[in-house]
Amino acid sequence: MNDFITKLTSGKIRVVDLTHTLSPEFPSISLPPEMGQAWPFRIEEVSRYDERGPAWYWNNFSCGEHTGTHFDAPIHWVSGKDVANGSVDTIPSRNFIGPAFVVDCSKEAAKDADFLLTKKHLLSFEKQHGRIAGRSWVLMRTDWYKRAGDPAAYQNYDETGQHTPGPDIDAVKFLVEERDVLGFGTETIGTDAGQAQHLRPPYPCHYYMHGAGRYGLQCLANLDQLPPTGAVVIAPPLKIQNGSGSPLRVLALVEGK
Amino acid sequence: MDSDQGQRFLLERPKRKNPVLRTRLPTLPPAARSRIALGLTAAAAMGRFELQQCKDCGTVQYPPREACQKCLSVKLIWKILPDGGELLARTVLHHSNDLFFRERLPWHLGLVKLDCGPTVVAHLHDSVEKRVRIKAMLDRAGQAVLAALPEKEVNVAEDRQLREFSCDPKFRKVFITDGKTGLGQELVKKMASAGADLIWVGHSEPWKKFKGFDELAKIPQVTLLPLDLTDSKNVREVAAEIGAKVDIVVNNAEHHRAFGIANRAGIETARAEMDVNYFGLLRLAQELGPVMRARGADGQSSAVAWVNVLSIYALANFPPHGTFSASKAAAHSLAQCLRAEMRPAGVRVVNVFPGPIDDEWNQLQPPPKVTPAALAAAILRALQDGIEDVYPGDVAQEWLARWRDNPKALERELSA
Repeated sequence: MNDFITKLTSGKIRVVDLTHTLSPEFPSISLPPEMGQAWPFRIEEVSRYDERGPAWYWNNFSCGEHTGTHFDAPIHWVSGKDVANGSVDTIPSRNFIGPAFVVDCSKEAAKDADFLLTKKHLLSFEKQHGRIAGRSWVLMRTDWYKRAGDPAAYQNYDETGQHTPGPDIDAVKFLVEERDVLGFGTETIGTDAGQAQHLRPPYPCHYYMHGAGRYGLQCLANLDQLPPTGAVVIAPPLKIQNGSGSPLRVLALVEGK
Repeated sequence: MDSDQGQRFLLERPKRKNPVLRTRLPTLPPAARSRIALGLTAAAAMGRFELQQCKDCGTVQYPPREACQKCLSVKLIWKILPDGGELLARTVLHHSNDLFFRERLPWHLGLVKLDCGPTVVAHLHDSVEKRVRIKAMLDRAGQAVLAALPEKEVNVAEDRQLREFSCDPKFRKVFITDGKTGLGQELVKKMASAGADLIWVGHSEPWKKFKGFDELAKIPQVTLLPLDLTDSKNVREVAAEIGAKVDIVVNNAEHHRAFGIANRAGIETARAEMDVNYFGLLRLAQELGPVMRARGADGQSSAVAWVNVLSIYALANFPPHGTFSASKAAAHSLAQCLRAEMRPAGVRVVNVFPGPIDDEWNQLQPPPKVTPAALAAAILRALQDGIEDVYPGDVAQEWLARWRDNPKALERELSA
């Protein structure tokens, strides 16, 4: 621990912020309009050194559990509804910190917005960087986060819906069943691909990860600043009673430059 | 044609404002009225010319009074009356101690003998001859005044004097808060064809490209702005960008779902309706209201009107659309507050109460439904005619009549 503290305070361990700023402009998930909708982030000023509060500035904010950079708990999905300790307030806190394996799919995603990460990709990643360890995060780097300044490009809708990359069914099952991961993280809105409602089952990452008590991280930023292996991710969601997820600050610790 | 055609007022594009001169402050024409006289205003607010008629002897009364001028009966009933009359005399005011008229001299007034009896004082349209028709209009103080028009159809907004009572979009800059709906797009077309100089059009969730976006973007007067009335920061920024130029606001943004209380669990849908329909109006009014009030007399193309698209369900709850009705009732109440706050600047708040609009959220409502094009036309007409309460379409008219007759009976009928 002392060694860790020395490295942290001396800057030998870098802290990378994987979080987008919570702002009203940040695109939020859109469901068909007749369905219930998650609140986008909204903020109202309470006072700003004025007659509403002379010496202080503060705001009230509102948002859904799944707004901005956020954490998905197992009970978010119907397949995980009966998982023990499946809500953000009951998940063991040791699970909020873990090693990260960062799979670079940026070239593939640039070519094909509907790119699906396969088990084959994961096996070739392992051949290069070693076996994905149990109890670790697998993060899918697509550089999609760079689109966040342009909500239309980030959402990437056309008349058939959203087109964003994600994992395919076999990749998710492989990570859950054969690698025992902590969870899966993406740079897009959703751990699943934009067109994943057409997969069988629909939204396989939500279905299998949460069904097995694993977690999701979405709308991550700066994954291009992480090494393929060796980073540690700190991702504790807000302790919301029976919460299905929460916006959060996600940090990565990286040794070296 | 008339002999004085050479001097006739022609509405021309105003010169650009001289930015180093002080912007004139708004003044209002005399606004005091007795409670009885407000009956004339209530009718004029809807575009009707009504006077009191004695139930006992049939005498038509003017000005409005407590008891019949002929038989002293107190049974005086407000009625829509024939508007024809004869111009008896005319005069030109060259001097006035009233600040409003002082700034608008010379002013033409006349005495008109109405076919239905009384003789009234009226503001004269530029081209009146012997036979006239009387129109009750709201002046800048929001009170009813009588205008004498020629018998032929005229656009009062193009008359130098009567323009003061209208809110014509010609050569003005219009802000329409939602261009995504059929109504929004029809409003844009109507305002463009009525001669609006610039039209800002809001659209929320810019990543969802909507039907009609490309057509809107092609209209030369149009500037599209990402705008979400639930986002205070966004509303504040948009108001800061364009507020000092907006002459007419048409707030047509609404959130509409067809639920009552029991057929939708939770409050999320109702809250979303309130957030757009009520708080959205409040946010917009807080950000845009003050700057528009400051420009109530800013030359020919001053800030002049604020239109709220409400719903006939604001008057009485329509249970199948129960939470939507409640949000529109809240918006109606707030619009009354806005009206009171805008009136000192002469900026008219026009409330529109349509019945079901022919759109996706009224799919299961049986016809008749008011089409977006008809609704947009009614809004434009209200602006040009000096009306502030608009009930467009058959359903709205019928509900209004039932509501005025007996609100309790309408409540029961709607819950059947």
